[in-house]
Amino acid sequence: MFRFIARRLLETIPVLLIIVSATFFMIRFVPGGPFTAEKAVTPEILRNLEAHYGLNQPLHHQYFDYLGKLAHGDLGPSFKYPNRTVNEIIADKLPVSLELGLLSLGIALALGLTAGIIASIWKNTWLDYTASSLAMIGICVPTFVLGPLLVLFFAIHLGRFNASGWYDWQDRVLPALTLGCVYAAYIARLTRGGMLEVLNQDYIRTARAKGASELRVIFKHALRGGLLPVVSFLGPAIAGILTGSFVIETIFQIPGLGREFVTSAFNRDYTLVLGTVLLYATLIVTLNLVVDVVQVWLNPKLKFE
Amino acid sequence: MPTVPAIARFLRLGLALLGAALALSGQQILRLGNGTEPQDLDPQAVTGLPEHKILMALFEGLLSTDATGQKLEPGIAESWDISPDGLVYTFHLRKDAQWSDGTPLTSADYIQSYRRMLTPELGAEYAYLIFNFVAGAREYYRGEITDFDQVGFKAPDPHTLQVTLKQPTPFLLSIIASHYAWYAVPVHVISKFGPIDRKNTPWTRPGRLVGNGPFVLKEWLPNQRIEVVRNPRYWDAARVKLDEVHFYATEDIAAEERMFRTGQLDITYELPNSKIDVYRRERPESLQTTPYLGVYFYRCNVTRPPLNDKRIRRALALAVNRDTLVKRVLRGGQSPAYAMSHPDCAGYSAQAQLTEDIAEAKRLLAEAGYPGGKGLPPIELLYNTSENHRAIAETLQAMWRKNLGIDVRLTNQEWKVYLDSQHTMNFQLQRSGWIADYIDPHVFFELWETDNGNNNSGWSNPEYDRLLHEALRTADTAARYAIYQKLDAILIDELPAIPLYYYSKTNAMHPRVKGYLPTPLDGHPYKYISLQD
Repeated sequence: MFRFIARRLLETIPVLLIIVSATFFMIRFVPGGPFTAEKAVTPEILRNLEAHYGLNQPLHHQYFDYLGKLAHGDLGPSFKYPNRTVNEIIADKLPVSLELGLLSLGIALALGLTAGIIASIWKNTWLDYTASSLAMIGICVPTFVLGPLLVLFFAIHLGRFNASGWYDWQDRVLPALTLGCVYAAYIARLTRGGMLEVLNQDYIRTARAKGASELRVIFKHALRGGLLPVVSFLGPAIAGILTGSFVIETIFQIPGLGREFVTSAFNRDYTLVLGTVLLYATLIVTLNLVVDVVQVWLNPKLKFE
Repeated sequence: MPTVPAIARFLRLGLALLGAALALSGQQILRLGNGTEPQDLDPQAVTGLPEHKILMALFEGLLSTDATGQKLEPGIAESWDISPDGLVYTFHLRKDAQWSDGTPLTSADYIQSYRRMLTPELGAEYAYLIFNFVAGAREYYRGEITDFDQVGFKAPDPHTLQVTLKQPTPFLLSIIASHYAWYAVPVHVISKFGPIDRKNTPWTRPGRLVGNGPFVLKEWLPNQRIEVVRNPRYWDAARVKLDEVHFYATEDIAAEERMFRTGQLDITYELPNSKIDVYRRERPESLQTTPYLGVYFYRCNVTRPPLNDKRIRRALALAVNRDTLVKRVLRGGQSPAYAMSHPDCAGYSAQAQLTEDIAEAKRLLAEAGYPGGKGLPPIELLYNTSENHRAIAETLQAMWRKNLGIDVRLTNQEWKVYLDSQHTMNFQLQRSGWIADYIDPHVFFELWETDNGNNNSGWSNPEYDRLLHEALRTADTAARYAIYQKLDAILIDELPAIPLYYYSKTNAMHPRVKGYLPTPLDGHPYKYISLQD
């Protein structure tokens, strides 16, 4: 197992290098630059700005320069926010996105697993239909609709929460709920499907025949196999929750990294684009590895190789 | 056993006491929606309105304005005089002027600040607002002279600052009063945190930033809010009524409007178009619509056919119903534009005005060889991706098709791609806008000069350039405005751009805010603002 993990970790290095290089050159070939503004600066000012950030150097020179600094963990200064470095921005905002992501994930798992298990046990009853319909609605309603609806009801109508911001624990409720609900819906459907498949298997019948209680059958025998589809979904889902929080962060004005990830591209903030892309790429690669490990652990049919 | 009404009474009493306690603390805190997160709070490292609004609280210029933003008032300079030839401005600084850390603020601070602004390594975007006007400044910026003493800034004594100009520049005071490019920065503080001529020297953090305005920086939570508190060392501190101002980063205007409704904000930065009618109906007391000193126009690329033909540009300009556009499509208090300069700008209004005349437009089109639009290849109209610009473009597309039989194709591009197309003149017809940096009609004319980096139309007129330079040398306002009348006439005759409407700012403001008056540049001196309960 350790050899497996070590090999996979080694494999990530070239993957990340390719991602960084592709991003570096792609963002440079997009028209417009960090200093392209509605009011154009005079040519001499533009020259000085470019010299300040080393943009007057040949592109390959800048590329190796960037890689050199990257090797030392320096992601460079931000173009858009002159007095902040990309390292600072990430250190500042990643925890916010992580907090939002973990809270949402908690909500998604709690709601999704409960609904999915209930639906599978009482399949084709009103309980199942209610849970499945809610899940379908959850999948269909996008966050940018659900978020404002929740704000309208809980913040504006009831006056219980702030409409947006990220100051105290109450400000966490609506965004985490919004993001969590969407993933809860997917998890519910996957859990239901996975459980139904497992519950029809012979070994479950055997367990029942041996007189195991229904609770024991569900939680001890069925759940482990029934959750496999959910686990394979969780890898991309966690990455999606962390990177895809852009919409939520915008609707609720949350100072997270998801917003920087998207707006940096609009701002042509070269270094910030690279820094966030690199970070998210690392996250996704790592999460996929974790999912693979967990899957082997859950599914006796798989082995590390 | 206490009865239910007794408990309710008790609770109500508690609430009343709590309310009274809050009222007693009597903190006047103004909470503003402020648009995007500011790039920085270094006046020499930023551009943009959100930055401007915060900097106005932390710094003050040599001059300032009254609450209407139009009348010049003393700032750090208590008085000033101008030499008879209009070339030398002498500012007499307040003897008691000081930085918020207690360091005296002297003319030497100004000299050092302007030297920093003009240092090429700093790459200050607004350096041109100094080097376009001050003698020797451009040469210093370009490195042609290295001795800053040769630049037109002198400090004969600690309380006197002398500025020598290249040409009289009659609107200089207006720039100084309304633009942060002319603020002094605390060089003695900046140097503590790194080289003074580097943009990334981190001196603008809370606890470090030192200013000379009515407020000082207390907290900066990036992408959330910036809090400033009253500066007791500000020379006019007695007049400041607010205890604190909180600037909220509100990038999403729909979310901002919801914050206003939950009472998190006193004033919003903007209001979504779809909400304007709702506010008109349901909360007219909170709706604020004010003219904003800017013009929205379609820029023509006069180097490409068919818009290289003046007759076709005129035909397009004459066949637009601007009244319909403003009242039916925009609906946010904008006004139709029949000239390139903004009406009533520092007392100037253009006399030459476009008149909408479809018959004349048809005649011109036929004269150019395309009767009824026949034979004219489709014209491509470029705009940056946005609902509003698309709605305007579609309206004009329909008007031109109906009135002239001209086929216009719409193309949209992402903001920076679109700007790149603009600067490389890779378009036929392009939506554009021009917002004034200072209050003087000159600001609407300078961009159409042949070499101006913002012209981007390929249009050049030697007579226009000559008159524009003559205006800069004309100290007498009436004579100068007479020149601008000629420039306006040239612009609507040749039409390097088709003016469509003048901007407005629409936002929501709680009625308890007093002294926040409409201003042309949307800057509001905070010392005149108060909250009434």
